Amino acid sequence: MSKKKIIILIVIPLLVFYVSLFVGRYMMDPITVLRILLSKIVPITHNWSSTAEVIIIQIRFPRAVLAMFVGAGLSISGSAYQGMFRNPLVSPDILGVSAAAGFGAALAILLSANIWELQLAAFAFGVLGVTLTYMIARVYKTTPTLMLVLAGVVVAAFFSALVSGVKLIADPEAKLPAITYWLLGSFNRATYKSLFTVIPIITLGSIGLMLVSWRLNVLSMGDDEARSMGVKTESLKLFIIVCTTLITASAVSVSGIVGWVGLVIPHVGRMIVGPNHRWLLPTSMALGAVFLLVVDDIARTATPLDIPIGILTGLIGAPFFAYLLRRTKGGWK
Amino acid sequence: MEQRIRLRDGAFSYGDHEIFSGLNLDIAPGEVLSILGPNGCGKTTLLRCLAGALKLKNGTILLNEKDITTFNTIELARNIGFVFQDHTMSFPYSVLEVVSMGRAPYLGRFASPSAKDISFAESALSKVGMLHIKDKPYTEISGGEIQLILIARTLAQEPQVIMFDEPTSHLDFKNQALCLNIINKLAEQGISMIMTTHNPNHALLFPNTVAMMNNGKFITIGKADEVVTENTLKEIYGIDVKVFSVPDPNGKGKLKMVTPWFKNPPELN
Repeated sequence: MSKKKIIILIVIPLLVFYVSLFVGRYMMDPITVLRILLSKIVPITHNWSSTAEVIIIQIRFPRAVLAMFVGAGLSISGSAYQGMFRNPLVSPDILGVSAAAGFGAALAILLSANIWELQLAAFAFGVLGVTLTYMIARVYKTTPTLMLVLAGVVVAAFFSALVSGVKLIADPEAKLPAITYWLLGSFNRATYKSLFTVIPIITLGSIGLMLVSWRLNVLSMGDDEARSMGVKTESLKLFIIVCTTLITASAVSVSGIVGWVGLVIPHVGRMIVGPNHRWLLPTSMALGAVFLLVVDDIARTATPLDIPIGILTGLIGAPFFAYLLRRTKGGWK
Repeated sequence: MEQRIRLRDGAFSYGDHEIFSGLNLDIAPGEVLSILGPNGCGKTTLLRCLAGALKLKNGTILLNEKDITTFNTIELARNIGFVFQDHTMSFPYSVLEVVSMGRAPYLGRFASPSAKDISFAESALSKVGMLHIKDKPYTEISGGEIQLILIARTLAQEPQVIMFDEPTSHLDFKNQALCLNIINKLAEQGISMIMTTHNPNHALLFPNTVAMMNNGKFITIGKADEVVTENTLKEIYGIDVKVFSVPDPNGKGKLKMVTPWFKNPPELN
């Protein structure tokens, strides 16, 4: 990967992050935003309203950071899974993590849990769902890729049915809309508290995936071939599943279900840096962070209503995927 | 004499279904063994056992006089390469990236190839004459070229033994010859090779050892010249064949070839 590309992939996310802080229904000039940010590190004379500071520091900053981390996490997970499953149609929730986490959240809302308990339930059920998938797929001490995919379909279908069940008995005045809204995904619940739990997990999972990024290339040659090249495929696959599950479950637990990012961004990444996972994983992270942040900026500025992010990523992701399909005539990998 | 591989009284079964049993063979450094036999005779399973990918139900395999079950995945990959019959296309990695993957058994769990590994991969590519396409996406080259770069990837593992599972089955006439020629060249460098094949002519093309296999047993094993005969071929394939020989144009002995022969050709209406 050329130096120019590396610099662009670092500079653009930072730039978009900065812009995201001053755009919104409460527009601010870039200099004031910069001064407010700097005032947290070095003493600067306050010449701005306290409203401005609250909006920047308490609302926009954590929300933008969360959007970037979720975007980066879902995209690196999608890239890793597409490599592991050797299939470009795979998304991070292929093993049922989102459906299971969705059930955890819906259940928490039904039981009138607080936001903290909701996040914990979503995360725990997400991990539980993938664990079930893994156990179903395990045959003769191996986990064949096809078995994993099919078991994931089964687990996702099961938890989707449970979510429907919860919706059916939920109070239609208060709880049903809350469940529906949560499932569509949003970053408006971002707080520093959620950042401090989600960021370490997503960072840890991403570092894990980056460490095995080159091995992912070998694994994408197929289990038999990878094994003949000395790769312990079972432990590598388990490691990748653990990393992506931690990332995805923690992302879903705070932001709800944000579809399409983990499916589409890896393709854009491959168009820019090629299929080598060593470069594809970090590139996907940068692209995913920028994409989700921009989409969230649209979500909170386009209408007076905070549009659920899952609706927008679907509206943008699906046509874009169709465009990719047409452009490459299905010949892409 | 020290052998690369010794198989003693080897047997394998899936559950109650016996695949082969009572097999013995020795392979010396630089020796080529062709396993010839009909579909389902157990060739591929035997090959996978010899590579350490499957465990025998009975008997022992010695790799460099050491029990193969004592080797771990990485040690096996440093000693034994495997060229699979089918390769399902993955992402469009460059040819050099694919060949570099052969360095995996020498790299740490979290490492990626160093400049030294890359130049190793390049020299493996030049051994199969494919260095000129190193930057092409491997998904856009011909079937013959893919087979050669998969061989190069195996060479990057620096193995002492290479297993080939029907290396010529997807190749055209010319690439079949090229592929066999490379196998023969590698043998001259001391690498031992075991290949399964459906084509008796391929077993006869170079001086090598041939095991004729049927129903999980070796019918005969020995020098190609001596064991690939009209009788043994009829025994394993159940059809009549003729073996012809012509003087080698290089003046080195004779070229032998096999063709099926029908006493009563089936009539088509």
